[in-house]
Amino acid sequence: MTDPQTEQLVRHDPTDVDLARGDDVGYAGPEDQPEHGAVEVLGLDVAAIRADFPILSRTVRDGRPLVYLDSGATSQRPVPVIDAEQEYVTGHHAAVHRGAHQLAEEATDFYEGARARVAEFIGAGRPEEVVFTKNATEALNLVAYSLGNASVQGGRGVHGSRFAVGPGDEILVTEMEHHANLVPWQELCRRTGATLRWFGVTDDFRLDLSGIHELVTPRTKVVAFTHQSNVLGTINPVPLLVEAAHRVGALTVLDACQSVPHAAVDVVALGVDFLAFSGHKMLGPSGVGVLYGRHELLEQMPPFLTGGSMIEQVFMDHSTYAAPPARFEAGVPMTSQAVGLGAAVDYLETVGMKAVADHEAELTGLALQGLSSLRGVRIIGPADTTDRGGAVSFVVDGVHAHDVGQILDDEGVAVRVGHHCAWPLHRRFGIAATVRASFALYNTPAEVDALVAAVAQAQRFFEVA
Amino acid sequence: MQMEQLYQEIILDHYRAPHHHGLRDRFQTEVHHVNPTCGDEVTLRVQLSPGADGVPVVDDVSYDSLGCSISQASTSVMTDLAIGVPLPDALATLEEFTRMVTSRGTVEGDEDVLGDGVAFAGVARYPARVKCALLGWMAFKDAASQAVDRTPDLAARG
Repeated sequence: MTDPQTEQLVRHDPTDVDLARGDDVGYAGPEDQPEHGAVEVLGLDVAAIRADFPILSRTVRDGRPLVYLDSGATSQRPVPVIDAEQEYVTGHHAAVHRGAHQLAEEATDFYEGARARVAEFIGAGRPEEVVFTKNATEALNLVAYSLGNASVQGGRGVHGSRFAVGPGDEILVTEMEHHANLVPWQELCRRTGATLRWFGVTDDFRLDLSGIHELVTPRTKVVAFTHQSNVLGTINPVPLLVEAAHRVGALTVLDACQSVPHAAVDVVALGVDFLAFSGHKMLGPSGVGVLYGRHELLEQMPPFLTGGSMIEQVFMDHSTYAAPPARFEAGVPMTSQAVGLGAAVDYLETVGMKAVADHEAELTGLALQGLSSLRGVRIIGPADTTDRGGAVSFVVDGVHAHDVGQILDDEGVAVRVGHHCAWPLHRRFGIAATVRASFALYNTPAEVDALVAAVAQAQRFFEVA
Repeated sequence: MQMEQLYQEIILDHYRAPHHHGLRDRFQTEVHHVNPTCGDEVTLRVQLSPGADGVPVVDDVSYDSLGCSISQASTSVMTDLAIGVPLPDALATLEEFTRMVTSRGTVEGDEDVLGDGVAFAGVARYPARVKCALLGWMAFKDAASQAVDRTPDLAARG
């Protein structure tokens, strides 16, 4: 396709583009974009949003403006999030849920207030359905280990067999999982004797559901899958999988790390039993993640980590456990991080998740169009924005992903390279590594131009174009 | 643009036409090393022989690898520097190469020791690439050490 717009995009010198030019409506969106796409960009006011993220105005590598396209790995933080942490730390910090003093009360209010805001953000019925963890990886491990704890001898009697798995039972995952939603299930199977099975991925980068009736059976105890692939960008059909799982009485665990920061997610509408995401990918601090669990399940589920805070009564030979969420939050929890996450939720809600999603779809469409206009660049993921989020992975023929990333970095464009913690998925497509650009609400069409121009520069540098 | 300093022509030459590439049948040990952060991998074989003075000599290093230009070129240069050389000398070269690429740019590298290897001095400025540059070298170190351990004839005199 020799669209003159595209030609122009490719020729752009990234040093000449005004990266804050979020109000530029001069770019023709791809054909599959709604016509009002540019208006949505205007509606989002990217320039105002960018002003809230101090780091976005810094330069890298000899004065290049930073083009941060690695939000899929971790997002940057706006001033209100930084301020919220600072306010808490400078004025209210104490260990939560203990202490007979005013600071302890205030700290607890901050912490529980954050929980309530997160719960509301994801549509949870009650705050107790939100468990704070250190990150999404821990949230997923929490479920896997709690099931493991329910599976050992003695655990069944105490907590009921609903969570117990053993020989003959099956855990079902997908070939597009991040290692965080794969390895814990491998380990659960290893510990309990259950069998791991998985959905494959089709040649057009979608979940292969053709074998669903053979895969989802009464033996299936858990169906764990990603909402949106962190590599392909593919958005999976949650309702279909949840329905299939629940028909056979299996628990559903959704990795929502790549969806919660980018679109409205409602746990009740999705119907999942458990859902995990991390704070640092949604404008919040690192060191805090979330496990959502249906209250009825959390109430019955045995604990993962044990110790202080999570008990009801302790005797020398045994203990009883607190109600959720405390049962799953052993020890003094992270507090400023939770407070920061609450502020991040406020920030996203103020912008509006619909506006965020529309904006990122616009950027994704532009990136897919711009990158695929370069000869020798192959998108590893769906070619258009249908059921697709803003993780855009690609390979450049003749240039290893790491080398592409190096040239991009030299142009100020920050992307991720490698297998993105999804090694089996890369193996599925016979690729050692991909380059991944991922977007957030603060990115601009001009930054997509800079990406495309930098990839073209990498092709020139390595003499493959 | 610092990219020409990182990707010196000599590196790109080795990348496009790697030396001693391919797995050969004569070997005592074979190792498989991966860089877990990026998925790059190398399968590498080593054949040592007792030298005239009793010191093991690197007869052959053969390899099959998958990776970026830095890791491919670095492995290629390593074979140039190791094959036909007494093992202690090859290991000394490896030490010098490691010292240079892990120096964050403070060690230029001794061209008399490293030959084409000095072209990788620029890698030291990019900490994320150090593992790429060392992948083949570490595989060689591992394979050679296993070869010495497994071959009593070599271990006794090496």
